[in-house]
Amino acid sequence: MRIMRSALGRARGMGAAKSGVHHWWAQRLTALALLPLALYAVLSVLLLEGASQAEMLRYMAEPWNGVLFLALVIALFYHLQLGLQVVIEDYIRSEGKRLAVMLAMRATAGFFGLLAIISVLKLSF
Amino acid sequence: MQDVREALMQGRNSTGGTVRRPLSPHLQVYRPQITSTLSILHRITGVALSAGAVLLSLWLAAAATSSGAFSVAQAIVGSILGMIVLFGFTFALFYHFCNGIRHLLWDAGVGFELPSVHRSGVAVVVAAGGLTVLVWLVGLVLL
Repeated sequence: MRIMRSALGRARGMGAAKSGVHHWWAQRLTALALLPLALYAVLSVLLLEGASQAEMLRYMAEPWNGVLFLALVIALFYHLQLGLQVVIEDYIRSEGKRLAVMLAMRATAGFFGLLAIISVLKLSF
Repeated sequence: MQDVREALMQGRNSTGGTVRRPLSPHLQVYRPQITSTLSILHRITGVALSAGAVLLSLWLAAAATSSGAFSVAQAIVGSILGMIVLFGFTFALFYHFCNGIRHLLWDAGVGFELPSVHRSGVAVVVAAGGLTVLVWLVGLVLL
């Protein structure tokens, strides 16, 4: 039988580094986190229907609301970035274009994620 | 040839000339089924909700900027067009939410048999529609 593993890999004897499923796991864990957080988001939007900025400030100044919104935004942007990555990998065949679109998507997701985080923090304090 | 996968498409006919091998049937020739349709819808709603996340962060940023900026944002959300868009996002969210639970159950090895896949598919669409209507009834009537 021909051994397909590298000599170093055999010597270390650690098998796969278990990082191959990282993307899959991260997508599921953020999905799980987003189940309660999405319901909280819908409830918040309902409660803030037609609210003034003063009411919004009062809402976000509640520590629980600030924390839940931060958790929501972090899980949401992490999750959507993982999902869009798969969509880009599936549909863009040319490697250069795929890399460019991927970087643009990551930058956009990172930018708006940070914008949301800073805004929630500013509203909370 | 731009892609290594192209090499697999090259074949020879009986006279020895090179031919481009035919592709296997793709999306357009298959009858849409609940399994494939809901799978595609999960991806479409996911992409749409990503745009929704950008709007959510703009809404939060408007609130953090000034009371004037936030009242403009709230007026846009409360306009007819804003409400139609928000209604679409509500359904997209609840669909992705319910179908996401279905996916998590599959990941746990639950409900893989074809009859239960069909049943859970119908349940997801009904639940997403029901939750969307419920939230909008609460929003428009009770609050």
